[in-house]
Amino acid sequence: MSGIALEGVTKRFGDVVAVDDLSLEIEDREFLVLLGPSGCGKSTALRMIAGLEDPTAGTIRIGDRIVNDVEPKDRDVAMVFQSYALYPHMTVRRNIEFPLRSRHVDKSERDELVADAATSLGLTELLDRKPGQLSGGQRQRVALARAIVRRPLAFLMDEPLSNLDAKLRVQTRAELIELQRELQVTVVYVTHDQVEAMTMAHRIAIMDQGVLQQIDPPQTVYAAPANLFVARFIGNPPMNTIAATVVSGDGELAVELPGCSLSLPPVVAKAVARVDPAAVIVGVRPEHLEIDDAGRVPATVAVIESLGHERHVVCRLEDSTMIIVRQPADMMPPKEGTTVRLAAPPEHLHVFDAETGRRIDGTTA
Amino acid sequence: MSALANEAGLDLAVETRRPRRRRSRRIRETGLAAIMLAPALVVFCVFVFYPFLKNFDLALYRVPPFPNLPSTYIGFEQIGEVLGSQEFLDSVWTTVLFALLTVPTGIFLGIVLANLAHQKLKGVGIYRTIFSSTVATSVAVASVIFGTLMNPQVGLLPWLGIDPHPPILDNPQYALIGVAVATIWQNLGLSFILMSAGLQAIPEELLEAADVDGASAWSKFRNVTVPLLSPTIFFAVVVGSIFAFQTFGQIDLLTQGGPLRKTNVLTYFIYTELREQKNPGKAAVLAIALFAITMVLTLLQLRFLERRVHYAR
Repeated sequence: MSGIALEGVTKRFGDVVAVDDLSLEIEDREFLVLLGPSGCGKSTALRMIAGLEDPTAGTIRIGDRIVNDVEPKDRDVAMVFQSYALYPHMTVRRNIEFPLRSRHVDKSERDELVADAATSLGLTELLDRKPGQLSGGQRQRVALARAIVRRPLAFLMDEPLSNLDAKLRVQTRAELIELQRELQVTVVYVTHDQVEAMTMAHRIAIMDQGVLQQIDPPQTVYAAPANLFVARFIGNPPMNTIAATVVSGDGELAVELPGCSLSLPPVVAKAVARVDPAAVIVGVRPEHLEIDDAGRVPATVAVIESLGHERHVVCRLEDSTMIIVRQPADMMPPKEGTTVRLAAPPEHLHVFDAETGRRIDGTTA
Repeated sequence: MSALANEAGLDLAVETRRPRRRRSRRIRETGLAAIMLAPALVVFCVFVFYPFLKNFDLALYRVPPFPNLPSTYIGFEQIGEVLGSQEFLDSVWTTVLFALLTVPTGIFLGIVLANLAHQKLKGVGIYRTIFSSTVATSVAVASVIFGTLMNPQVGLLPWLGIDPHPPILDNPQYALIGVAVATIWQNLGLSFILMSAGLQAIPEELLEAADVDGASAWSKFRNVTVPLLSPTIFFAVVVGSIFAFQTFGQIDLLTQGGPLRKTNVLTYFIYTELREQKNPGKAAVLAIALFAITMVLTLLQLRFLERRVHYAR
């Protein structure tokens, strides 16, 4: 078991930069999720760790070994593919056994390891079937069994749940978490699904256009997004973002929103004063907004979406910026078309530099 | 209540009406199909079914070698005579040998070339074009090329020092091999294209999975590529064998069945009996034999070889 480190890793395909100067350190036994929209370079990064792509620049370490020039077969990592990539002509047993055969493990040990892996994933009954005779969920478990059977240094998973239906995905997600805890093994997991990332990861590394945006524990990523991209990518519905200007009055800084101004908490105000941005974007999560007559932000209710357990009130500000307010289902909904006032606690305001997109808070240098 | 009964009644009415309508539609469609198939059926009757049946008829008559003499009905006598002759057995053996020489080698080389060309390299397209180019050459061209290469006066082989006496194509020991080489070369383009198509149908992820699973290049080839290529290989074996049993052009152009009838494959045998010996009766018996052998061989291949084929699902 061991950690993985990428140092300044870049991958170009012709003129396209798939991964741009990516540096990240994955600790031993960590469950790291690479998260981002499609085409952000997360799969390419994973494939470089596996050795299926060669980096254009930078070094990759697995354990204390630089593996840039090491063949995939000698890297001692296991990979679970999105399509599962099961060998269609082999039985489940042969599939699980294949990595062991490749390493010339002798028969008695092989049988034992296959039986163990099959038992832990509930595949014992299916060992003599071929992949074509299995359901999607069963195939996915065979792919997992093939990965765990030889106890590799690390597991690499490329969207392993995306071919499962919604119900099975929730169940398998929990099973994967259990499996990782049980095996105490490093996992690098690629997904575009933020729910998977939030629920499974020890840390999430968010990528966009080949560039690492933020790497932090899920709660930090949610509570203190490093930039506008992360703020808008994480959360469902996503964070509301409103263009604003910074004004100073009464010796304290405030942000001027359409129709009102909101004062900033002292720590943030100090940071804003230090950075002195030309314009800012204020972010606030839908659950931190309240419809309250004492609120300072005027808005018109456009549409109300009811989800059963909660309600999304879609409002428009004076400059017609769209804002979503999340309400528990047991609260009285406002009427569509009426004007309401929204309140936002200052500690839940996120301020971003409009030019760079970077977060401005107490930790900003 | 009445509405419900009404609904049920309506359903019943529909049920009773439907089968009759369906039957009449089926009759109409069958009639239309028959009309549309008729032209093709006529062509088949004239050019396939009639000659095929006539061939069996011919086999029952002895035709005198001189024109304008009546042929005599002799029943199964001629069939037994021809099939029991050493000449026939030799010809069958030559044909089998020829198939054994050409089919496995052709497929093997096709797989090798397809694997070589299945790389993401610059300029690999040029090699693909070269490897598949023999598809665009005819048997005649291949025969002329190899006839020239093996020619004792101007050929490349004698120049390289490979110069048996008598020369290859006149040498009872090597003539069949010489023809086989020309045939393999001529079929290589098709074999390459088939195997390339088969390789391209193998999902890249399976080979990557094998990479990560620790398989060596050879193990990957043996355990993943070949099994997944097996439907293509099987197809190539069946079709290749049928082709090999019907080889005619290169024999006619290179050796005319000689020397010492060592390249007298069945098709060439049939041809000489018909055109040179003017013996359609015997030729018909041989043709039936070729048909039977090809059919039995194909059935055997389907029966025994196909078990080892893995069709991806």
